[in-house]
Amino acid sequence: MTTNATTWRHKVQKPKKNRYRWLIYVLLLLLYIWAFAGIPFDGIKETAGQITKSILSGLFSPDWNYVYLPDGEDLLRGLLETLTISILGTFVSTLVCLPFAFWAAANRGKSRFVSGSGKMLLSFVRTFPEIVMALLFIKAVGPNAFAGVLALGLHSVGMLGKLFADEIENMDHGPTEALIAAGANRLQILWYAVLPQVLPGFLSYTLYRFEINLRSATILGVIGAGGIGTPLIFALSSRDWDRVGIILLGIIVMITLVDWISGYLRKKLV
Amino acid sequence: MNTNPRANTKTTNTDATNTDATNSKAHTGTNIYTRADASASTSANHNASINTNANTNARLSTNLSGQVGLNRSRPPAPGKLKHYLTAAIILLLLWGSAVDTDASLSKLIQGSPNMLDLLREMFPPKWSYFDNIVPAMLETIRMALIGTTFGAILAVPVALLCASNLSRSAWIYQPVRFLLNLVRTIPDLLLAAIFVAIFGLGPLPGMMALTVFSFGLIAKLTYEALETIDRGPLEAMTSVGATSVQRIAFGVVPQIQAHFISYVLYTFEINVRAAAVLGLVGAGGIGHYYEVTLGFLEYDKTCMIILFTLAVVLLIDYVSTKLREKML
Repeated sequence: MTTNATTWRHKVQKPKKNRYRWLIYVLLLLLYIWAFAGIPFDGIKETAGQITKSILSGLFSPDWNYVYLPDGEDLLRGLLETLTISILGTFVSTLVCLPFAFWAAANRGKSRFVSGSGKMLLSFVRTFPEIVMALLFIKAVGPNAFAGVLALGLHSVGMLGKLFADEIENMDHGPTEALIAAGANRLQILWYAVLPQVLPGFLSYTLYRFEINLRSATILGVIGAGGIGTPLIFALSSRDWDRVGIILLGIIVMITLVDWISGYLRKKLV
Repeated sequence: MNTNPRANTKTTNTDATNTDATNSKAHTGTNIYTRADASASTSANHNASINTNANTNARLSTNLSGQVGLNRSRPPAPGKLKHYLTAAIILLLLWGSAVDTDASLSKLIQGSPNMLDLLREMFPPKWSYFDNIVPAMLETIRMALIGTTFGAILAVPVALLCASNLSRSAWIYQPVRFLLNLVRTIPDLLLAAIFVAIFGLGPLPGMMALTVFSFGLIAKLTYEALETIDRGPLEAMTSVGATSVQRIAFGVVPQIQAHFISYVLYTFEINVRAAAVLGLVGAGGIGHYYEVTLGFLEYDKTCMIILFTLAVVLLIDYVSTKLREKML
């Protein structure tokens, strides 16, 4: 009985706290003081409340006439261009990233240096914002939708290449070895062992990147690289709030629909 | 009678498409599928336009007959029609997109000398411009930091409302999730453009855009993590009579805090990248300098901005990834 009592009296020790915990808090506090000191909070225009009200009223009383105009720029054409920019951009990046993905994948019998350099290059491309790429491509091919396609195509290579490389690395090596044993050549191995394994993953990632590209494509127009962004910026600067409302609604509806379709397809693929 | 089932099914295939009705008589021993198919393809041949349909039917039945015959172990080959249709749809989409965006390879080749000129002018970068852009870079980091913090604070209650295992009923969490999805459809640069129109130029609208953007992202990631927590501690707290605030503070928070901090750091990484371009719409930060330098055709300065941004982003990514690895 007494032994039992002693064991029961034994309390579970609280986990020891990190001795440098307070240091982290102080550092965080200093960081926030530094951050808040640098932001001017007094620069708000007096008309802010009024403009917010007009944008909200614009959202609830959108300019329906803008949806389709028989001649020239309207909402549907803008959205269609945004969609086509992202479709083509995704396609270009899928093609371009394939060799990079095989380069960056750390497979057996490949030196770490080769795959490491490929991964470095891909992460370098990833950190390069697409809007800056679009600025550069505009200088090359002019301010049109094609510049947007090229910018999205190049920027997506970074992320898609990495995801594809991961997919290749996670591949089962059994079928490849079986085909080698049966005397298949490299092309046959690629076609019958590698491709069937990686294709569903590749397609799923491509669709995922397409969703991201669609969001990017809506803002490319801000700098003149085609899509719905250009009319939106014009409407914002000319204070045409009803038009801003209908464009925002259009963007939200389009992205929600495409996300839904793409999510459905991705669920079927994997 | 059927000594060679492969050859047999082959003849059935060709004959069936030729609608030779006597054929089914010749192979009555094989199965009933052939007969059914032969009649199907006869009716199809009256209407030539659905000939492909009859062909697939014929192929299907030969596979089936192969199965019923001697070759039991062989599963039917999957139809190729679906693949062809998918390929056709994708090609059509691509062709339409190329027409709509006016994209062509010749245009790219024509434009590439311009690009090369641009790249040549960008190098070597103008290192002395570094001093001019350091304050803007610091402002970028500040915006990202404050935006992430406010977004994270706002995300906590919403994530709690969204999680199906903590919320009271579907009537609460479904509409909140729907609103959250709507918030996440608007890209950060568009949000910034709208906030600039409302509040005027400067870092404040950029900060607000990042707040809204991080709110959507963190709330989604957190509620998905919340739904995977262990129910045990919650049930234990309920059984000793804890209030709902106590349940959250002692049952949920300890399970989720490491994930939450990791998500906040991840969002901070994304926000630094986003903040670097927000200046293009006038929302503060280093993005403004892209327009300035490109407008004056000073590409060596642009290159300096790009390199500096890359260095800062890579550094922050590295630190944040290390912290996240330690956290989880």
